[in-house]
Order: sequence, then C-alpha cells, then structure tokens
Amino acid sequence: MTPTSTPPWRREKRAHFPGVPAWGLATSRQAPERFQVSPLAEVTKEWAWGGADGTGVRVCVVDTGVDAGHPKIGGLERSFQVVSVDGGKLMVAECDPVDPAGHGTACAGVIKSIAPGVALTSLRVLTDGKTGTGDALMTGLSWAIDAGFDLVNLSLSTTRSDFRESLQELADRAYFRRCLMVAAAHNMPVLSFPWTFSSVVSVASHDEADPMTYYYNPAPPAEFHARGVKVPVAWPGGREIRSTGNSFAAPHITGICALILSKHPWLTPFQLKTVLYLAADNTTTQNGEGHVP
Amino acid sequence: MSPDDFDGTERRLLQSIVEVARHMFAAAASSIFLVDPDTGELVFEAVSGEGEKELVGSRFPAGTGIVGWVAASGQPMVADDVSTVTQFAQHAAESTGYVPRTIMAAPLIRFEECIGVLEVLDPTASRSDLDDIELLGLFAMQAACGLEFLLRVRRSEGREPDGDPHMLLRRIGERLPGRARPSDATVVRLLAIADDLLAP
Repeated sequence: MTPTSTPPWRREKRAHFPGVPAWGLATSRQAPERFQVSPLAEVTKEWAWGGADGTGVRVCVVDTGVDAGHPKIGGLERSFQVVSVDGGKLMVAECDPVDPAGHGTACAGVIKSIAPGVALTSLRVLTDGKTGTGDALMTGLSWAIDAGFDLVNLSLSTTRSDFRESLQELADRAYFRRCLMVAAAHNMPVLSFPWTFSSVVSVASHDEADPMTYYYNPAPPAEFHARGVKVPVAWPGGREIRSTGNSFAAPHITGICALILSKHPWLTPFQLKTVLYLAADNTTTQNGEGHVP
Repeated sequence: MSPDDFDGTERRLLQSIVEVARHMFAAAASSIFLVDPDTGELVFEAVSGEGEKELVGSRFPAGTGIVGWVAASGQPMVADDVSTVTQFAQHAAESTGYVPRTIMAAPLIRFEECIGVLEVLDPTASRSDLDDIELLGLFAMQAACGLEFLLRVRRSEGREPDGDPHMLLRRIGERLPGRARPSDATVVRLLAIADDLLAP
C-alpha cells in the first residue's frame, strides 16, 4: 500500500465544490477521483441487492412527519411525534400521519421509490421553530434507537455543540444495537452533528439523475455521494416537486441499505457500510471488477 | 435620523438584504422572515420585487412549508416546480402576493440558533459558479451576522439602567424554573458566583 501521492483521506479539504450543495461532488462534470481499493471479490451490486425490495426491513424517518396518504408513500407502519409535556419535558407520542412542512414526506418517498417493500415509521422531531433541533432530536433519536428500527433516516442535523457528546453516545448505542443511522451532510459548509460521526453513514449529493448511482467519497466526513440535485420528491397534497439538498441524497442511501438488509438481514452496521463501499459505482465496475488494477 | 436610531438601521439592513439577494439571482422577488423568539412564529419583515409591501408585519405559524422547515432545521433548501402545488401557491400568495415556480430559502443563523429565513423566488441566473443553495446560504450567513451586531448594540443600549436589583432578581426567578435549556445551567452558576461575592 504505497500510494504515489497523498491519498484523498489524508489531504486538506477543499473549501467547496462548485455546482452542488456543500460537501457534494459535481460528478457529471468531473469523474470521481481514482483511489486504491482492496476489493472483497464476491461483493457486487448483484450480490448486495439483486432481486431485493426491502421487505422485512423497518425504517424510521426522523423528520417533519410523513403524509401517509401520499401515493408515493402508500401508508405508514406508525406515526409518532416528540411532544412537550408539563414542565417542558419532551417525550414521544403517537400522532396523525401528517407533515405540515413537507420535508419528511419527500424523504420517505425517496426511500419507498428505491425499496418499495420497507415498513416505514415516521417520527416528527421538527415540530416548530421554537423547539429547536437539539432537544427534540435527542429525545426522538433515543426513542428510535430503543424501538429497534433497522435503519434511521436522518436528513437533518444540529449545529449546537452542547449536544455533541450525548449525540455521540446515541450514535454509538445505535451502532451496537444494529440500528444504522443514515445521516445527511449539512447543506452549508458548517460543522454539525451527527452526520460527522464515524458510526453513522453520512451522505452528500452528486448531481447525476440516476437514483441508484452512488459513490464512496475517499475524503470524508461525507462518506457517500448519492442523488441530491433536482430530485423529484413527494410533497404533501399528493403532489411532486423537484428539490435540491443533501437531505434527499441520504434517503437514496437509506433505500439502498434497506435493499441490502432485506437480502442479508444479519449484516452488522459496519458490514453494511462495507457492502455499501464495495458496491459503490467508483469501487466496482458493472461486472463487479475493481476499477483499480 | 439620529445615529442611534436602531429601528431605522434595522429596516435598512433588512431591505438591503432582500434587495441584494434578489439581484444576486436575478430573481422575481426576495423576502425575509424573522423568528419571534416568544412564539416561534415567522414574521414577514421585508420584500424586494414582486409582492405586497403591505403584508410586511404579518405572521405565519412555525413549522409549516418550506420556510418553516428551513427555520426548524437550520438548513437551506431549493424547491422547483412548485407553482402547481396548491400549498405553495397559497403560501406564496399569503406571504408576498406572488406565485413562484421556484422557492429557495436559507436560514439566518445566530450562534447555532435560527433567527430568521431569507427567501428568493424564481431565480433566473446566478452570479456565481457556486450552487444556488450554497451561495444563498453564504449570503444568509453574512446577513445574519449583520443582524446579530445590530441586536447586540440595541440590547447593550437598552439594558443598563435597572435601578432596582430586586426587580431584576424577581424577573430572573420568574424566567428560570421548569425549562431545561442548556443556558439555565450557566445562569445558575452565575447566580452562585453572585451569591459567593455577596457572602459576608
């Protein structure tokens, strides 16, 4: 293992990549950089998710709620929200399957479009501007991890550093309980959590149109690039809009993880991340060979 | 206009933010909302371009629509093809009197907290090779810094004369209990220091 120049993961980060949200990569204009890969030969896209539809995998969308009646959603297993009870204490309670903001429905629709067989649950943590993202996010995530979901889609993050330590503990707990958190990188070049933790799968955008194309990023913190620019997404009221943001890249990877888990249910989070890595478009070619000689 | 007319400065700052934002993207309109810290509502503060100036001052419930998501999540967002969506048409008509095809919105962040949302309707061209969403986000950061300085100056001006310390103590007492905010622990520590200083 003697790379001739400094490998991407040891390099200074570039400030931004023009044309896509922060941390993203304009793969339509510039091919992802080549890097050294140690292939595990038998893992291919076909092995990873060929014939799978996500059946048997439970996914929690932690967001603004999900409109269960939307044709692209086709129903939810259950719907919850973080509520404030007397004394300001936060807890999770069942609620109507609605989404006043639209963002959660968009994310859920992307997951369903890739893995139509998954069982989706919505957990609304962004209730209003006043609650802020931190407290409700902590309460909600903690609940979701204990509730035994296989995957948690988290297309949001908090910039509040006082939550860092407890979020880190939650992310570690999720990891060891085999609840994989798929987290979107922030849309601005700022530090936020938990997508920057190594125990989660972090996702930023590429600007191609294929929902199944994704790349491993050899210069993290955003570990994968998936479709995130002008994505057709479900919106409350049975409509569809096009939206741009790392928020919509993450549910593509959540959907792909659901496919992989439905075919290989006993993968641990670190194995699942390895499979994602090995089946990415820049670590394989179509016939499954490593792209680096 | 006196140099300490902060209201006038705030008006001009808000108006200049929306003017610049609109021209950065050759957009049909730009508007700015500030979060009411007491209710969480979004208050429509200024508009440039298409839209109803008389709607300035109107309030919108927190957590609804694109602006609501941006305020709650602290992240910018772009939505295209929205003119066919009733909800947006309604939102836009309510907020600015103009129905757009594209809505871009970015948060105004003041130290880890969203104090408002900057919105751009129907951008037609960008003056940068940065992604629109990132450029708007960067500009919103600058706008938020400007607002923060203004708020700080205004607060430091207004706060000095609290003649009766008992009033201050009573107010602290009323504001403190029952809210598990991270700042509360700091406040309690500061009170403990005050207690130590006053100890005989």
